[in-house]
Amino acid sequence: MDETRGIEIVDVSYAYGAKPALAGVSMALRPGRFTALLGPNGAGKSTLVSLLSALFVPQDGRISIFGLDLAKDPLSALSGMGIVFQQQTLDLDLSVRQNMAYFAALHGLGGRRAGRRIEACLARLGLAARQKEKVRALNGGHRRRLEIARCLLHEPRFLLLDEPTVGLDVPARADLVAHVHALCRDEGLTVLWATHLVDEVEADDDLIVLHEGTVRAQGAVPDVLAASGAHDVLAAFHNLTTPAPVEAVS
Amino acid sequence: MTRPAGIYLTCLTGVLWREALRFVHQRERFIAALVRPLIWLLIFAAGFRSILGVSIQPPYATYVTYETYIVPGLIAMIQLFNGMQSSLSMVYDREMGSMRILLTAPLPRWYLLASKLMAGTVVSLLQVYAFLIIAELTLIDLPPIGYLAVLPVLLLTGLMLGALGMLLSSTIRQLENFAGIMNFVIFPMFFLSSALYPLWRMQESSDLIYRLCIANPFTYAVESLRFALYLEAGPLSLGIVAGALVVFFGLAVWGYDPKKGLVHRRGKG
Repeated sequence: MDETRGIEIVDVSYAYGAKPALAGVSMALRPGRFTALLGPNGAGKSTLVSLLSALFVPQDGRISIFGLDLAKDPLSALSGMGIVFQQQTLDLDLSVRQNMAYFAALHGLGGRRAGRRIEACLARLGLAARQKEKVRALNGGHRRRLEIARCLLHEPRFLLLDEPTVGLDVPARADLVAHVHALCRDEGLTVLWATHLVDEVEADDDLIVLHEGTVRAQGAVPDVLAASGAHDVLAAFHNLTTPAPVEAVS
Repeated sequence: MTRPAGIYLTCLTGVLWREALRFVHQRERFIAALVRPLIWLLIFAAGFRSILGVSIQPPYATYVTYETYIVPGLIAMIQLFNGMQSSLSMVYDREMGSMRILLTAPLPRWYLLASKLMAGTVVSLLQVYAFLIIAELTLIDLPPIGYLAVLPVLLLTGLMLGALGMLLSSTIRQLENFAGIMNFVIFPMFFLSSALYPLWRMQESSDLIYRLCIANPFTYAVESLRFALYLEAGPLSLGIVAGALVVFFGLAVWGYDPKKGLVHRRGKG
């Protein structure tokens, strides 16, 4: 695994039957950077996340994770990846710690090493005091934090998060966005954060705008703003995803 | 890339442990798994005891009561229901998203599914032995060593029926569609078998139904268990159960192949 190579998605296409979801998508994520994948509902974000997590296989194109071809060596690629899906994936009837331990086992972490990692990750996300509680007793924000703590257990270098703030109130959302930005900054993780909410994008992030299965713009936020002729992310998003009005013919 | 063997073992242990925890948390599931065969044994079989006698036939050395005859069928019934319960839980996990956590673990998919299958089978063993203890205390009298001798066969039959459930779970799109399994899989498999009546009796009544019974892998699961409980091997039955396990599990792995697209069918933009 060569971390300096980042994540490369080259000419990837995917369709559900006759309905295309992604058409010739290419993008590059710089290592150690927080990249926001911004797109309206139905843009193809979740499909892209499913392709990156090897749940789907691209019908065209290729994906490379830190230099590893996902099609040829999915297990090595997955071992360096932490994933948070849009849909919550916790076992509500198990405790916080039991959920963590199950995930650790799936990644081959057992015994004391798993115990140490569980303690460290829960502490990192501020959940150390709640590890004996059933997940059912946690609020939405804490459940999401737990999913992020869980995806850090095996020390991944690439975090893939698909609309992780869905269903959270404003303070919980802001808290989660700040946590993941801090993780990226402090530990040098490469992050892909899929969202449809422009206020989750920070000025020094990288930004990719996806719409109707195609990439409309990508680069550092100032570059995307300049290319789209906008002064803020909301205006850029609007310019890039709204069809130009048809001129009236008299 | 080759992964160290310890990772595989840790993963299997984790999946077994989680399934056991879920089972402990679902006491109703355990009670239901016991009540169902006990009703058949204590009520249905008692009622039919005087009507249906079972003459001497292998592996029985003498005339046996109807209750004794149906015990292997009821054991297989526990495993059949458990296999379908596991299947239901996989469909539920898929709907709820937690199946994705399993399928994105960095181990071969066939191994992850085999771990899940093994975990479900271990849970079924707990249910079967709880049933056998109650049966022994009430009505039946099996050779004591039979309880031990039947264990490897229980493992095989549990895996086969669990693999069938896993295969079905790969084809079911929504939880709501699961009710059909009861009508189209569980009942036909159970009744078209030697669980409740010897096949020679069935042949006397209908040759067509008899042929359906002998084409049903559940029949061979029942017969394998029947022979094992009396310390005899039924090589034909064991072979068919093993063959069915390979076919069902192979098809289940194929069903969960991302190229075929279980999640593909369920994806969102």
